[in-house]
Amino acid sequence: MSVLEVLSGVLLVAGALAVLTGGVGMLRFPDFYTRIHAAGITDSAGAGLILLGLLLRVDAWDTAVRLLIILLFLALTSPTATHILAHAARRDGVPMWREGDPRR
Amino acid sequence: MIFAVMAALLVTMVLTLLRTFLGPGLYNRILAINTFGTKTVLFVAVAGFLFGRPEFLDIGILYALVNFVATVAVLRLTHYQELVSDTEGGEGR
Repeated sequence: MSVLEVLSGVLLVAGALAVLTGGVGMLRFPDFYTRIHAAGITDSAGAGLILLGLLLRVDAWDTAVRLLIILLFLALTSPTATHILAHAARRDGVPMWREGDPRR
Repeated sequence: MIFAVMAALLVTMVLTLLRTFLGPGLYNRILAINTFGTKTVLFVAVAGFLFGRPEFLDIGILYALVNFVATVAVLRLTHYQELVSDTEGGEGR
């Protein structure tokens, strides 16, 4: 067990924990906009930590480049998609959840 | 280690599909499908490292591209839905 393997394992477990947290939150939050927040956790923290943990395990150079391409692409497109989605829902008149409302 | 990450990703994908099936309205389903696509990209990357085949990362890149384009296209169609129903539906719809 070298230092890099331990660090990679820590990053992978943290990413898996973030992904699980977001997945549970997408079921338990009461509203569409709060569910967007949970999905954003899985997209940013989960994907970033898992891909960084895999990046410490690579042997070849081009594999590291592909992982970096995936990381950059997810970091660019995931907030864009989330923003477009929230904007479309807000424009379509999806109501916001206030405290005391029933779960939707 | 990698097995734990794959198990967490599989459980999250199952929860996301559950939200897709029972989520009220259209936008919850689009959000769940988008999240499912991101999780598929991560799953393909982790599976490539588990099987010792890093060529799977190319499939992951392509899937991320297709997922983003599909989400934007579907949202564009939902935005035009009311326009289409207004022009074709006539009165009383």
